[in-house]
Amino acid sequence: MFRFSEIKKSFLVALWLMFLTFPIMVIRVNTIYKTIEWRWERMFMVGIGAFFLSFLWRYLHKKKEAGEKKAEEAGTLPLAQRLIKNRQFSIPAAIGLGIFIIAFPFIFSMYQTNIMTTALIYVVVGLGLNIVVGLAGLLDLGYVAFYAVGAYSYALLNHHFGLGFWAALPIGATFAFLFGVILGFPVLRLRGDYLAIVTLGFGEIIRLILENWNAFSFGPSGIANIPRPGFFGMDLSLSQSITYVYFLMIGMAIFTIFVVKRLQDSRLGRAWIALREDEVACQAMGIDKTRTKLSAFALGATWAGIGGVVFAAKTTFINPASFTIWESIIILCIVVLGGMGSVLGVIFGALVLILLPEYLRAFSEYRMLIFGATLVTMMVFRPGGIITDVRKTYKFKGLKDKQPTV
Amino acid sequence: MDYFIELFLGGLTRGSIYALIALGYTMVYGIIQLINFAHGEIYMLGAFTALIVAGILTMLGWNQVAILVIASIVAVVYSAAYGFTIEKIAYKPLRQAPRLSALISAIGMSMFLQYYVLLAQTSNFLPFPNLIPDFKFLEPIEHIVRSSEIVIYATTAIVMVLLTGLIKFTKIGKAMRATAQDRDMAMLVGVDVNKVISMTFIVGSATAALGGVLIASHTGQINYYIGFIAGIKAFVAAVLGGIGSMPGAVLGSLVLGMSESFFTGYISSDYEDVFAFLFLVFTLIFRPSGILGRTDTDKV
Repeated sequence: MFRFSEIKKSFLVALWLMFLTFPIMVIRVNTIYKTIEWRWERMFMVGIGAFFLSFLWRYLHKKKEAGEKKAEEAGTLPLAQRLIKNRQFSIPAAIGLGIFIIAFPFIFSMYQTNIMTTALIYVVVGLGLNIVVGLAGLLDLGYVAFYAVGAYSYALLNHHFGLGFWAALPIGATFAFLFGVILGFPVLRLRGDYLAIVTLGFGEIIRLILENWNAFSFGPSGIANIPRPGFFGMDLSLSQSITYVYFLMIGMAIFTIFVVKRLQDSRLGRAWIALREDEVACQAMGIDKTRTKLSAFALGATWAGIGGVVFAAKTTFINPASFTIWESIIILCIVVLGGMGSVLGVIFGALVLILLPEYLRAFSEYRMLIFGATLVTMMVFRPGGIITDVRKTYKFKGLKDKQPTV
Repeated sequence: MDYFIELFLGGLTRGSIYALIALGYTMVYGIIQLINFAHGEIYMLGAFTALIVAGILTMLGWNQVAILVIASIVAVVYSAAYGFTIEKIAYKPLRQAPRLSALISAIGMSMFLQYYVLLAQTSNFLPFPNLIPDFKFLEPIEHIVRSSEIVIYATTAIVMVLLTGLIKFTKIGKAMRATAQDRDMAMLVGVDVNKVISMTFIVGSATAALGGVLIASHTGQINYYIGFIAGIKAFVAAVLGGIGSMPGAVLGSLVLGMSESFFTGYISSDYEDVFAFLFLVFTLIFRPSGILGRTDTDKV
């Protein structure tokens, strides 16, 4: 494998990248104090890194090509699906997981529970986006706008009318749903990539309005003192209420998984997947394109709204800075990394992308850099995500031993 | 009246810069039907490279015009190199993949480049030296139009003419048009499609870098985030003019720049970006093919 030509190729790649990153990585000028900083060591780091990464890059390429051929021949299920199918493994695993989930807030500290709750919010929101991007194939870059609608509906309703969490939850979800329908209706006729840009535009419009319309949203200073969810009118201490929100989110995540699973196999879900694969063929089969797309868009928005209400209740403070385009892209990253259309994948993606940066604080400044690189490498090498969605296939079994009776 | 002229010229400046970026967008889209999300970042990288070069040369005590020329050349070369490399890494492996995959890859690239500059340089705004000399003959009307603005108009016009020439009269231009029309057919008649696509990225990135240097020296400050908004707005302009059409990109940019300038001047400056996005939404809803674009139907 390590032939001379390969080494030469990697060497040239490293040289090229050293040249490319030279000014930005090495030199830093300060035009006010008139100083120049030369950071030569970085150049060698780039060179060495690029040298080895280019080997890895080519190796992954080869593996991907080989993998495609193999998959065509064998048609076996990926590892994750095989594990789930295997009852001897899946039942004890599910029980163990259940115990772990229930025991989690009692074993670990409040801080850990809080982080876990955040991750669970992303699981719910990610599953919502999964309906839009993964199942229906509509790239929505303004998804966080609906999240903002949910969060602000709770915060504002509470501020003006003193509404509680449980009253605000359905209202926030309904508002997000309505927004999804209103925004979706005119733009869903557009082609995929235009749709992405328009939704991005909508997302930014909503954020900018929240930031500038002080009379309505209290501007950049945001809304503070949002109450945590109540539990039958009881007064909860801080740690109790964090545990409560945690279990609330567990329940909500299970509910979401259930709904998405059922939707996936429903008539509507199959229409979404078909629409993702081929629009023209779908229309020829009599599927109402606009309505099907709109239902995906609005359902996704509803889930974002629910996530937003919980987010506002959990953090007790919101401002427009929590709803930037990068938030949308992180959620997109969750869906893409985990596997578009795959429920298990999205859960996995959310846990990895939200928990890892929390525990690897040292790398937290590199978080967005790594997210960006992840999006590119996932698309290049494994567009299906880590846990690829496997569509239901039907095979004719037993034709050989059972002769058809006439 | 003076205020009107000021807004008009300000709009022209914005429009010209948008045009320099939008040309790259529209060329890339025309050839591989990809919204090159990282294009705005190329523009930002151009501005940063120019800042570094200009900073060093200023300290060495070179004269202003020499610095401007050298900084622009280095920025253009580097941005072109970045454009070329990005295409090879993030887009080339995805040519046969669904369009959505390539778009997600482009978004990832854009994010990566922004944070690359943020981490390697700084997250603060950096002051950018004024590289464009003050012209003597402009002194009487200095309060209306600055010399940097004149340079921006002139550069945009020259770049526009050169690019039109490149597309219309050279061999590579012909190959570009052929690839844009039908990539498979172009391949069959012996066009080296990979080379054409690389060339498109190089030319587009170089143009964007020029825009980056000029606007940075006009506004006097840059940070890692300037590429994002500028890129989105240039995209709006390209769509407005009809994506894939070069005169369309310039026309769309001027229309967007002007209307933005008048909107902020007469109505509200808080909602400047909202206005641009609304412009985009309405264009796409009511005339998705843009002003000069042709309508195409889905091919089965």
